[in-house]
Amino acid sequence: MKDFADLFDSLDRTTGTNAKLAALADYFRQARPADAAWAVYFLTGRRLKRLVNTRELREWTAEASGLALWLIEESYEHVGDLAETMHLLLPPASAEPRSETLAELIESTIKPLGQLDDEARQQQVRALWTQFDGSQRFLINKLLTGGFRVGVSKRLVTRALADVAGVDSSLIAHRLMGNWIPDAGFFQRLIADKTDLDFEQSTPYPFFLASPLEAGPESLGDPEAWQAEWKWDGIRAQLIRRDGQTWIWSRGEERMDGRFPELESAAEALPDGTVLDGEIMAWRDDAPLPFSLLQTRIGRRKPGRVTLDKAPVSLLVYDCLEFAGEDLRERSLKKRSDALELALALSPERIKRSPILVFQTWDELPAQRERSRELGVEGLMLKRLESTYQVGRKRGDWWKWKVEPYTFDGVLIYAQPGHGRRSNLFTDYTFAVHHDGELVPVAKAYSGLTQKEIDRLDRWIRSNTRERFGPVRSVEPVHVFELAFEGIAPSPRHKSGIAMRFPRIHRWREDLSVAEADTLDDLKRLLHDPAAA
Amino acid sequence: MKNDLLIPDAGGLYCAAGDFWIDPLRAVPRSIITHAHADHARSGASEVFTAREGLPVLTHRIGEPEDLTGLDYGQTVELGETQVTLYPAGHILGSATVRIESEHGTWGVSGDFKRAPDPTCTAFEPYPCDVWVSECTFGLPVYRWPTPEKVVSDIFDWWRGCREDDRPAVLFCYALGKAQRVLAELAAAGIDETIWLHGAMIPLTECYRSQGIAMPPTQPATEADKGEKFKGQLVLAPPSAAGSSWMRRFPKHSAGFVSGWMRIRGNRRRRGYDRGFVMSDHADWPDLVRTCADMQAERVITIHGNGETLIRHLGDQGIQAEAWNLRQTLRPQDGEAIAEDSSDDKADVTSNGNGRREADGA
Repeated sequence: MKDFADLFDSLDRTTGTNAKLAALADYFRQARPADAAWAVYFLTGRRLKRLVNTRELREWTAEASGLALWLIEESYEHVGDLAETMHLLLPPASAEPRSETLAELIESTIKPLGQLDDEARQQQVRALWTQFDGSQRFLINKLLTGGFRVGVSKRLVTRALADVAGVDSSLIAHRLMGNWIPDAGFFQRLIADKTDLDFEQSTPYPFFLASPLEAGPESLGDPEAWQAEWKWDGIRAQLIRRDGQTWIWSRGEERMDGRFPELESAAEALPDGTVLDGEIMAWRDDAPLPFSLLQTRIGRRKPGRVTLDKAPVSLLVYDCLEFAGEDLRERSLKKRSDALELALALSPERIKRSPILVFQTWDELPAQRERSRELGVEGLMLKRLESTYQVGRKRGDWWKWKVEPYTFDGVLIYAQPGHGRRSNLFTDYTFAVHHDGELVPVAKAYSGLTQKEIDRLDRWIRSNTRERFGPVRSVEPVHVFELAFEGIAPSPRHKSGIAMRFPRIHRWREDLSVAEADTLDDLKRLLHDPAAA
Repeated sequence: MKNDLLIPDAGGLYCAAGDFWIDPLRAVPRSIITHAHADHARSGASEVFTAREGLPVLTHRIGEPEDLTGLDYGQTVELGETQVTLYPAGHILGSATVRIESEHGTWGVSGDFKRAPDPTCTAFEPYPCDVWVSECTFGLPVYRWPTPEKVVSDIFDWWRGCREDDRPAVLFCYALGKAQRVLAELAAAGIDETIWLHGAMIPLTECYRSQGIAMPPTQPATEADKGEKFKGQLVLAPPSAAGSSWMRRFPKHSAGFVSGWMRIRGNRRRRGYDRGFVMSDHADWPDLVRTCADMQAERVITIHGNGETLIRHLGDQGIQAEAWNLRQTLRPQDGEAIAEDSSDDKADVTSNGNGRREADGA
């Protein structure tokens, strides 16, 4: 555990990418494979199933620190990270320190916590708190609470592993996909030389992600080198058909088996050794259904007949990563498109090709993009015809050119502290619009302000608080902000009767007074706009 | 509150029985200044009382008032119907708490204070009072300070690590108080290498030196030889210097920050410091609570900081407690000015424009 804590300290004590990379590579070279496997597991954002609930953890912290439970809660609100809060409140370790490695500790003590009865579990956790201190105790608390964001990206870990293994980082990224068990064998395979026996059948390829196009498409050069498609507003998915079996993966690397039975049965018509990249959309009569309908499918593990009837889905395919068992990612988009045609030749309607938009010159595209709302898409995708299928967000070959979002002017009425990097800063805001002489909350937003604006607003919130409800403060309705959002739907769960998609702050409108903010009726009018649903 | 000996006014506290203000931020006829930080000390009063130890620093900061009296700790003066005595607060050189005795009872008023040992100033001294007006900058139990020896040894190790890597070690700390405390602690640990300073720290450091505080030799970073890369050197700078063009002379530096706020990881990471060193000139939670007991007060009033948690905690223990908001007694434009200009830990959690006047060399 000490070595892992030392790694954490080195990562935490620098803001430089190269220093982090070197610290990771050093650790992966020196650590025992089983420990390194667990380190990779946590650093790439995977987590253990929750072993202890946070309520218990707070109560035990209160007992161990001799502080009232409400003081633990107030402290947590301020710190914004439960693992850290507990560590800061607990008395210094007093028992003989333990020397197990990361893997030993997880296998011998942490994982078995789930099987213990309440009392034994409490005993074990409280013992850990007296046997470990400093970063080790903080990290153990992180393992117990689940989340593990420590300032390194998955990409950086992948690069460090590629350095250690001496293979391309895209191969490491591929080996890190899908389900795997963190043990010594896994780590050895992870950093092994390139072999053909690399993957399980179910393992997906890493997704290639588009970057937002900031300038106009003219900036991309010759239009003949590019292909345009609609940017669908659904769930990005990879469909794997191998050996008579089907797997569907989300971009978050979650297996979605059973969630989309209509796609799984449609996939039976695909030839073996086919991997497709596309977007799952709620779809009927050759047109997309509102995103709110697709939402009824997200998270439903076994959808019933009614749900399936109300929100049927299709997969709109735009890339073919494997055909006839061959990895096509190094081929050009043009070549992959040909394979895609072959792969889909016999597939039923539910798995269909995402259409390609024909254009000769760049000035034809803005008009197409303008139609996005009416067609229920988010805008256009522009892809270089010669591009290979790369790993992650690499700028240059895939661009998303989204339509301008909707906007409204709302009044800041509540604020709440953020978490992690934004802990004890008021960064989670609630905005309201006018309705019947009242201000009705309509949206929460967390992003869009600069650090300078956040600091200023935070200071203002602290000195203009009206009331406190737990962590939430109501503030004087003074400040007006322009918010952007992607869509709007009726929602009986909200007081306002509407729910917005992806609201975020566009700018601080210091030129506007509260009276000039929008009304609920302004927003409700959009409910009747089919494009906004 | 009507019959209270003190009431919030002018950004500080007003005592009608003695006709004086404590730490006013607006011009008033007569004031007692607890210490020289900008959110306590403003020029504008014609008659000013302060601790004698603090005179050089205070006059450096606010100039010479018409009628300035330096009091020894423990020396009592009669002001109106009150007897006023200053006691050491242990916050920075010359900082004081104010004991006011009157018909309305005895009040103790902290400007800012700490209980941890500090080689640059006289240690805090408790005394019994009926009402204790306490600062509450770090009023949550997560704020618990490690010992200064531990922190100084961490700073030293970090500096040595930078030396091994041939990088400058730039340590951000407040120009008045913290910088000199760090220097004095390093001297006590046997360091006699030259340490580089930002210009804003130099006159203040000289004030301390002239009062006999032992510190390692220091030199303005601007006076280094042309082409000096400060590899392996320790540089002290106020937080406001971060990101300024002045920093360009320290290529590849590692940045540390010495402050109580560094107890919370998010505070450090948000500001992009490589290292945070938890050392504060304010009392931590255990010392805030302990001091209320040491003062034997039946009633506690918090000022400076969010006192709500401490108040509730004291209430649970049967002590009457409340929070006063001194800022509210200022005109809005005054308040804005303070937020921009506050010079110690207090403003730091949210603003990083705090040390502006220090950076200007004031």
